[in-house]
Amino acid sequence: MITVHDITKTYGTQTVLNIPSLEIPKGQSFGLVGNNGAGKTTFFSLLLDLIQPTTGKIINNEVQVDISEAWKPFTSAFIDETFLIGYLTPEEYFYFIGELRAQNKADVDALISTFEDFFHGEILGQKKYLRDLSKGNQKKVGIVASFIGNPEVVILDEPFANLDPTTQIRLKQIIKDLANNREVTVLVSSHDLIHVTEVCERIVVLNKGEIVKDIQTSTQTLKELETFFGG
Amino acid sequence: MFKHFFNLQLKSFFRAASFKTNLAFKILMIFAALYFIVVFLAMGVGSFFIIKKAGLGDPLRVVNRFMIYYLVMDLYIRYMFQKMPILNIKPLLYMPFKKSAVVKYSLGKTVFSFFNWMHAFFFVPFSIVLLTQGYDPLDVVVWHLAIMALFYSNNFLNIMMNNQDRIFYPMVSILAILALCQYNGWFDITLYTAPVFDAFFDTPWAFVIPILLLTGLVYASFNYFKKHMYLDGGLATKHTEAKSEDYTWLNRFGNLGTFLKNDIKLIRRNKRSKTTVMLSVLFIFYGLLFGSGAVEVYEGPVWSIFAGIFVSGGFLFSFGQFVPSWDSSYYPLMMSQNIQYREYLSSKWYLIVIATVISTVLSAFYLYFGWEFYLAIVVGAIYNIGVNSYLVLWGGAYIKTPIDLTSNKKAFGDKQAFNVKTMLLTIPKLVLPLLVFAAGYYLINPVAGYIAVALSGVLGFVFKDQAFKMIEKIYKKEKYKTLLAYKQTD
Repeated sequence: MITVHDITKTYGTQTVLNIPSLEIPKGQSFGLVGNNGAGKTTFFSLLLDLIQPTTGKIINNEVQVDISEAWKPFTSAFIDETFLIGYLTPEEYFYFIGELRAQNKADVDALISTFEDFFHGEILGQKKYLRDLSKGNQKKVGIVASFIGNPEVVILDEPFANLDPTTQIRLKQIIKDLANNREVTVLVSSHDLIHVTEVCERIVVLNKGEIVKDIQTSTQTLKELETFFGG
Repeated sequence: MFKHFFNLQLKSFFRAASFKTNLAFKILMIFAALYFIVVFLAMGVGSFFIIKKAGLGDPLRVVNRFMIYYLVMDLYIRYMFQKMPILNIKPLLYMPFKKSAVVKYSLGKTVFSFFNWMHAFFFVPFSIVLLTQGYDPLDVVVWHLAIMALFYSNNFLNIMMNNQDRIFYPMVSILAILALCQYNGWFDITLYTAPVFDAFFDTPWAFVIPILLLTGLVYASFNYFKKHMYLDGGLATKHTEAKSEDYTWLNRFGNLGTFLKNDIKLIRRNKRSKTTVMLSVLFIFYGLLFGSGAVEVYEGPVWSIFAGIFVSGGFLFSFGQFVPSWDSSYYPLMMSQNIQYREYLSSKWYLIVIATVISTVLSAFYLYFGWEFYLAIVVGAIYNIGVNSYLVLWGGAYIKTPIDLTSNKKAFGDKQAFNVKTMLLTIPKLVLPLLVFAAGYYLINPVAGYIAVALSGVLGFVFKDQAFKMIEKIYKKEKYKTLLAYKQTD
């Protein structure tokens, strides 16, 4: 689904990302871990064509992302709060994204009704604009919005951060369900090693912009990762 | 302790993003500042003689008469633009300072605000002229002190009034009604207020009153602040109750409708954009300076086109200028969603066109000054729609200043404001139609001038597709730089 060829990103003399090659097959649940500054967000931003690669290219479903925009209809993402429109209510935001993704109101309603548990009664019908919601609740809105319109690639940057324990557990289930559907490729980054090993079938560790580990998740994985980051 | 505060302030000033704009603009800005200082100084010195020559009576009395309006205008401007001192307090709250020190510092900071000392440019030279013209020195000095105390009272009034819309707007509307009454000769409030200001001059001890008022206000705002310095008190951000709106009638426009819906919400629900729309309404009255012949320089025929463009183009200039900055806070979303630049830009374009048409209809009252003047406005509107609408969208691609939609306090004297950059981009939008008009007017006849400007507007409209293609290309080219620039908030 996603192929990376010789991608590098350099600011001045500092190379923040250098991935000679990486292949993410369709339907894989892909986890990205690494310390601050490892290049996780840089990689996701490159995938979404929000920054330009210094060299190399990324192919998303046969579309080179920095040349054509044809990847947009089947790709969705939630990176940070800049993906939210502060002056809309959550409902309006969902409908807006829905309209951009050719979903009518009924489609959107049907989808968000399946997330009522996840919202925990704090999102819908609250008479609040997104800017007035707490960080955690904003995140819930952004994550659910990225599921609108049956995307084939879903990119979530640190989806577990800022969420309360109940919601974290629910989110894990949601991502697992999504990954079981072999049509959807899910890319998740996280600082929480337990969550990411539970959710992802493959984990890539970035360190200072380079891939240092590429693991098919097994029962040993958590231990391996803890040794890597602990030692 | 004061040393630390001062140090922080210095750093926040020199490290502000606005300080890093390039040198040419800095120099231009300095020139602009100098220009305004000179204008104010000239007004301060000159107004005495102008009033005297015009035979309006004792200049001091005339100034006193209109002082009430000046003071309220000052309060209005402060309310709209002056930054509240509380913004950077949060990180200091738990530090080992006494709370009163923090409050003193933040209030003290406002004393040096531009909004206070700008009045000195008028009142200091005016008072000096009074002295040279044989007014009693002691009386002049106490009068001066009294007036300055009143401006500082405004400063503290504004701080306490912050965000109290329900006190503020009724107050300003009452004054606007009073001004209207005075203009039409129904009722003259200045008859009652002028003696108060005169008293500061006539009665030597009267100046104590405004100074006592000021002292009272300083104490009141000190206590008010100290009491409210909690995150859920005075430092809390206000939340308005949200209501979902559908605007289903816009659905028939397809994707364009989606963006229009969003843009309407953008304008209605954010402080900054609401202010901008109000500003653009003020533009409609700009033509009064021309039509009424109040300013002699504006008498030439070419200037009527200038007026026409401004009267109909208020929204175009104040809102259009900042496309796409209005969407800066969620630009990464827009760039990764399934969005065609063309539809995005079209929506903004339609907003501009609709606003221009509305302004033109509203300004029909200019027919009072003759059909020729209104014709200039209509022609200006055609040019705005046909040519300037593209120019602002084009220019917007280069103005990469993020906009904080929720705050008004930066709308003035800040990088994000109506700054030199945007002014420079305005020049081709204004000079070009003037030249076209002048060519038609002087080479053939007056009517040809109007026709020439209107034709260039129509021509622009015909080439809409090409223009949009070009603008789209520029937006695409600037995409990464724009995304980067919007990340930098200050």
